[in-house]
Amino acid sequence: MSDLLQFVFSGLTVGAVYALVALGFTIIYNASDVVNFSQGEFVMLGGMSTVFLSAAGVPLPAAAILAVVITAAVGVALNKFAIEPARNASVVTIIIITIGASIFLRGVAQIVFDKQLHRFESFSGDAPIEILGATILPQSIWVIFGASVIFAALYVFFTRTLTGKAVLATANNRLAARLVGINTNFIMTLSFALSAAIGAVAGVLVTPITLTSYDIGIALALKGFAAAMLGGMGNPFGALVGGLLLGLIEALTAGYISSTYKDAAAFIVILAVLFIMPSGLFGRAAVNRV
Amino acid sequence: MRHLTPKAITLLALVALILVAPLFFPSSFYYRVGTLMFINGLAVTGLVILIGYAGQISLGHAGFCGIGAYACALAPVHLGLPPVLAMLLGAVISGALAYLVGRPILRLKGHYLAVATLGFGILIFMVLSNESWLTGGPDGMQVEDLGLRALLKSVGISVPAAELWYWLSALVLLLGAALALNLHTSSTGRALRSLHDSEIAARTVGVDVAHFKLMAFVISAVYASVSGSLLAMMNKFVSPDIAGFLHSVQLVTMTVLGGAGSVFGAITGASILTALPQGLTIFHDYEHIVLGLIMMLVMIFLREGLVPSLIKRFSRRQG
Repeated sequence: MSDLLQFVFSGLTVGAVYALVALGFTIIYNASDVVNFSQGEFVMLGGMSTVFLSAAGVPLPAAAILAVVITAAVGVALNKFAIEPARNASVVTIIIITIGASIFLRGVAQIVFDKQLHRFESFSGDAPIEILGATILPQSIWVIFGASVIFAALYVFFTRTLTGKAVLATANNRLAARLVGINTNFIMTLSFALSAAIGAVAGVLVTPITLTSYDIGIALALKGFAAAMLGGMGNPFGALVGGLLLGLIEALTAGYISSTYKDAAAFIVILAVLFIMPSGLFGRAAVNRV
Repeated sequence: MRHLTPKAITLLALVALILVAPLFFPSSFYYRVGTLMFINGLAVTGLVILIGYAGQISLGHAGFCGIGAYACALAPVHLGLPPVLAMLLGAVISGALAYLVGRPILRLKGHYLAVATLGFGILIFMVLSNESWLTGGPDGMQVEDLGLRALLKSVGISVPAAELWYWLSALVLLLGAALALNLHTSSTGRALRSLHDSEIAARTVGVDVAHFKLMAFVISAVYASVSGSLLAMMNKFVSPDIAGFLHSVQLVTMTVLGGAGSVFGAITGASILTALPQGLTIFHDYEHIVLGLIMMLVMIFLREGLVPSLIKRFSRRQG
């Protein structure tokens, strides 16, 4: 029983990170129909920038905030210089562009930072807390708490603010949104800034537990994508559920089946979801009009 | 040139390049770079059939390279097969696997297809790196030599290994290119290319869309497998990296850089991206940056790839 609880704790911790990456996918996908394969690089940039800023003497909270701002700026630049010029390109073209962007960002990180593994201090120490025979790290609670705050804040943003509703309107129908006076270019920029910032926050929260290095991005992007697909592409609530589910599946695979193949769980989930219910748990079935 | 078909022009140009290039080779190192170009060119020619003709993407094709490579490493040891048969076995396994997974995977489109093929490739990579008892794990394993050089020596011909591999891989590439070009003009090729423009339109004129997509996937998997086998036998060594995500991405980048719709273009793309890291020793640290930049810039500014874009520009000026 305590074993199971232990796996659930670790599953929820990584699951919360996957949920944040999936949320980043969802926001950009909704605003622009682009699946941004460099989403994982935002998590890496958030963690790595914090590490190097705090090593340079910036206090940790300030370093974390700066890292989020830097990453958001990278997100905006990505939209401006790589996605916008390729408007109306085919899906395959955009996929190759965003994969190119992720490889490019990884290459830059490898030179600006380095190729080592890094971490910084946990926010509230490393003394494990015991619950019903299982233990949880204080930092895990930070991760789960941080993810919950972000999801709650976004819920409020999308349902209670005019800008949030403008994003939803753009997601629904870009032309109609433009006709009622919404600046869709600004919405695109905002979406990239927002999902980059969310990715960076995930990187800041999780680095004390999982460590970070220049090449953690691909695996995170893939798992975030798997989570987004599991929940139903384009649905923020689906991203949350998909992320947590994927985290749990992975932790249980590692605990009960094989830890070497725990990473395979995500891909088997992707393939299974695609074959059985291509629109995910909460996705609407797409209707193709000819 | 008017009565030469584009197919003949492409093949003649390739033959000429293959024959003339060695005249400028100052050392055997250049034969090796040439060989790598041809081996990559072969895998990329397969991707032209999949991406360029049929309009389907695969981000997991290095997985098939891995199967071909490990077939050449394992079959001689465990099954006692000679390397040539091991290569064929690898091709058959790759083709069969592509047939099996292709059916469900190719129902998907766009990003879903990209991610599914990517996941498939990574699964192959994981098996190759985790099943150390069989594959030697991340450290890789030795591969038996093809034995062609010993055979030639026994009849009194002595060729340096680098040169032999140059001519051998050139021959395989020419064969692969000729088959791909033949496919282009055949009725099957026309059916494939109709998918690229519009699957719905293709279906309405009676093209069995699922069948042709699957066929393109299987053929391109066999190309990748043979390319992996050749690479493993030339290096006499193989590690799971050959099936890695980066290799898959490199193959797709080579294809679109040169021009996914043209065999000659794609081989040009493969040659450029193969030669670039060899030419610049400093390149190693910047490999990711350059690869990423090339992918973005080509897709933004030269969407059809280098060769088709240049040809278009050139012929417009003439006409």
